[in-house]
Amino acid sequence: MDQAARETDSKQVAGLLAEFDGPQALKAAASGVREAGYTRFEAYSPFPVHGIDAAMGRRRTLLPWLVLGGGIAGGLGALLLQWWTNAVDYPYLISGKPWFSLPANIPVVFEAIILLSALAAFGGGLALSGLPELFHPLLSCARFRRATTDGFFLGIDASDPQFDESRTAALLRSLGAGETELYDRPRTEQKVPRPLVMAVVVAACLALLPPLWIARVRATRSASPRLHLVSDMDFQPKYLPQQSSPLFGDGRAMRPPVEGTMAVDQRGDDPHLLRGEVEGQPATTFPVAVTSDRMKRGRSRYDIYCATCHGLAGDGDGITSQLAFEREEPKWVRPLSVHSQVVRDQPVGQLFQTISDGIRTMPGYSSQISVEDRWAVVLYVLALQRGRHATLEDVPTELRRHLDTALQGDARTPDTER
Amino acid sequence: MTAIPVDDNTVQDPTRRAPLVLGDADLASVTQTVCEIAERPRPPTSWYVAFAVSVALTGGLFAAVGYLIVTGIGVLGNNSPVYWGWPIVNFVFWIGIGHAGTLISAILFLFRQRWRTSINRFAEAMTLFAVACAGVFPAVHVGRIWLVYWLAPYPNQMDLWPNFRSPLLWDVVAISTYGTVSALFWYLGMIPDLATLRDRATSRWRQLLYGLFALGWRGSATQWHRFEWAYLLLAALATPLVLSVHSVVSFDFAVAQVPGWHTTIFPPYFVAGAIFSGCAMVVTLAVPARAYFGLKSLITMRHLDNMNKLILGTSLLVGYAYGVEVFMAWYGGNMYEAFAFANRALGPYAWAYWLMVTCNVIVPQLFWIRKCRTTPWIMFLIAVLVNVGMWMERFVIIVSSLGRDFLPSSWGMFKPTAVDVMMLVGSFGLFFTLFLLFCRYLPMVAMAEVKAVLPPDRGPAPAVEVD
Repeated sequence: MDQAARETDSKQVAGLLAEFDGPQALKAAASGVREAGYTRFEAYSPFPVHGIDAAMGRRRTLLPWLVLGGGIAGGLGALLLQWWTNAVDYPYLISGKPWFSLPANIPVVFEAIILLSALAAFGGGLALSGLPELFHPLLSCARFRRATTDGFFLGIDASDPQFDESRTAALLRSLGAGETELYDRPRTEQKVPRPLVMAVVVAACLALLPPLWIARVRATRSASPRLHLVSDMDFQPKYLPQQSSPLFGDGRAMRPPVEGTMAVDQRGDDPHLLRGEVEGQPATTFPVAVTSDRMKRGRSRYDIYCATCHGLAGDGDGITSQLAFEREEPKWVRPLSVHSQVVRDQPVGQLFQTISDGIRTMPGYSSQISVEDRWAVVLYVLALQRGRHATLEDVPTELRRHLDTALQGDARTPDTER
Repeated sequence: MTAIPVDDNTVQDPTRRAPLVLGDADLASVTQTVCEIAERPRPPTSWYVAFAVSVALTGGLFAAVGYLIVTGIGVLGNNSPVYWGWPIVNFVFWIGIGHAGTLISAILFLFRQRWRTSINRFAEAMTLFAVACAGVFPAVHVGRIWLVYWLAPYPNQMDLWPNFRSPLLWDVVAISTYGTVSALFWYLGMIPDLATLRDRATSRWRQLLYGLFALGWRGSATQWHRFEWAYLLLAALATPLVLSVHSVVSFDFAVAQVPGWHTTIFPPYFVAGAIFSGCAMVVTLAVPARAYFGLKSLITMRHLDNMNKLILGTSLLVGYAYGVEVFMAWYGGNMYEAFAFANRALGPYAWAYWLMVTCNVIVPQLFWIRKCRTTPWIMFLIAVLVNVGMWMERFVIIVSSLGRDFLPSSWGMFKPTAVDVMMLVGSFGLFFTLFLLFCRYLPMVAMAEVKAVLPPDRGPAPAVEVD
């Protein structure tokens, strides 16, 4: 016998391997070994031998339950994800349908159930089979290589309490084994070379640098523009203002207006009317006639262009501003109240300039509101200021009687009366 | 009555069970037949020729895709009004091809059709490679491909989430799930066979690489028990999955309002068409492969005969769907729908429509004749024509519907560009490159499964199984 001729160290023996003729013989042998009281043994065959689990006294696998768990997790997870992302955190309005409409969420739920169940079946199937297990004593046994082609083997582990080299071999032969063979543990522990371990450690540490760098950049502020890995349409082959160009004789990309070009509203050169200036200083008087009609015109323009931010009464509480505060827009600057002392101290020319050219985050309105209308808005702003800070003395004597009845009669304010 | 020849297993004889494997194969010879293909030190010259051509075409695909990415999607023929041109035609074509692989490996497995064992491995491989080819097209035709990760639901600084109620997102989820599950199913089934290759390996490299992917498989009873459960469960999961995938693909069309697309018949119609085209591709690949690699005793004429019957059956389903479409267009009373179908059959794309009907409905009727089902060159020719017809079907659905929809002033024709052609041809290159590599290095037939269906009198008999 092989094992008799061989010098064996009993500590080196991992188990005993016996070959059988075919699946039926293997099944019978498995049954016999089990009846002899062995527990740590395994049958090996090139294809599944049905009924051998019962012969070996093995229980059914837990795998179907794992797969069920995977499927439930996938379905619930997908449902939760869709509900949270599309109905709560960022509600999508789609054709007026409810925020959370189950039928439209079914395809993703279905696919997630399949995906997670399949991953559970694959991962669970391997894990329950003890795979991957790249090193096993049997794999270095030459005879055993036929187990994946046409060999039927029974292996009894040396750690089995019943294991005894000669008695176990005798038992297997009595069960019809052809050849029996002891197989050993690997003689030398194969160790991974130290330089390789170091290289892996160093590479793993270096691999941490990019995510750390990204995390740092995400958490800190920087004055330099963001990096462009792909420039998309940020940089286009076109001329920007003030750039040079070889196309023209003067080397400038920006072209001067054609000779004789006139600005749209360049009526003469009246700095008072057009720029609100008198001798380089903001004008203190109106260049247009101050009339009741003009003030009404100013109110209509103010309500269209200004009130969304400044509020109908000029308090700086327009609907846009309210919304911006509600949404905590980081860059929003609250519009000034026209009733604040800073604004009240401004001469009309300066108000005109602010409306025309804008200030801080407020854009200029010279392209949308005509010159006359801008002065009308200035006039209306003055009226708002005057109305807010008026005293009884400002009201003509013959009208004070109406004021009393108005205040006593109902709660109407001048604002709603407009 | 004359005796049935031993090597003919296509004849139906109720007194005997037709053998699934021909010749005097036993356990060792099955291993030998399958493994020696992957173990030859040098494949024949014709393999190199085929591989070189395929790799060159794949290079063409990558060059076209690279050019597309760098330049923009203007290099394709997609333009108003046909914004979905060849890329989506090719995508639906390839994803459909994949379905037959899953049908053979999962659905036939659940129905205990044991003849599937010889062809399931390479049908599954075909699925996987077809899904890979399909995945190229939607990915590159979105334009800014480097932002394709926006499709994934991840917390981002834009505070946006993807819209989960869009068929296009369902498509992403379905295709990626299908690709993943197909790969798992294919790989799991291959582990025992990879272990066979590992144990037969003569060089250290082969032993290491096959050993790595065999994960230490030893064929123990415990492992087989878990393996069979995992395989059965994966088959049970892949079956509803494969039906869902092409249904979801059809939602891309059916949920839109374009005449010719907006119809409830699309999901079953697409699934039937997908299995039809996939079976044709299996025959297209199997006929040359079995002759070339000497697998005629494992992939027998009966397998091909069965595949051809499947093609015939699904061809009838597809023909029925074409008929129902036309009937619905008339019976539905919607003038746009009616026009869409009149335009398909009589309009500028009538040639495509009638080519489709000829290839998909008329030609496969030849399979009623037994001679056509069992003669390799005839079935190969029919299968190739079916592939052509199924590509035309997607072309007709997409291009003829978009080319002429509601507003006559925005009608237009579709003109493919050289890049379009290169990408289509290149995708075949990619498919055959992967397939040739598979044939060269991996077990083409599921050896362990075939061993379990060998006749009991060949060598060691498998345990009798009653199920």
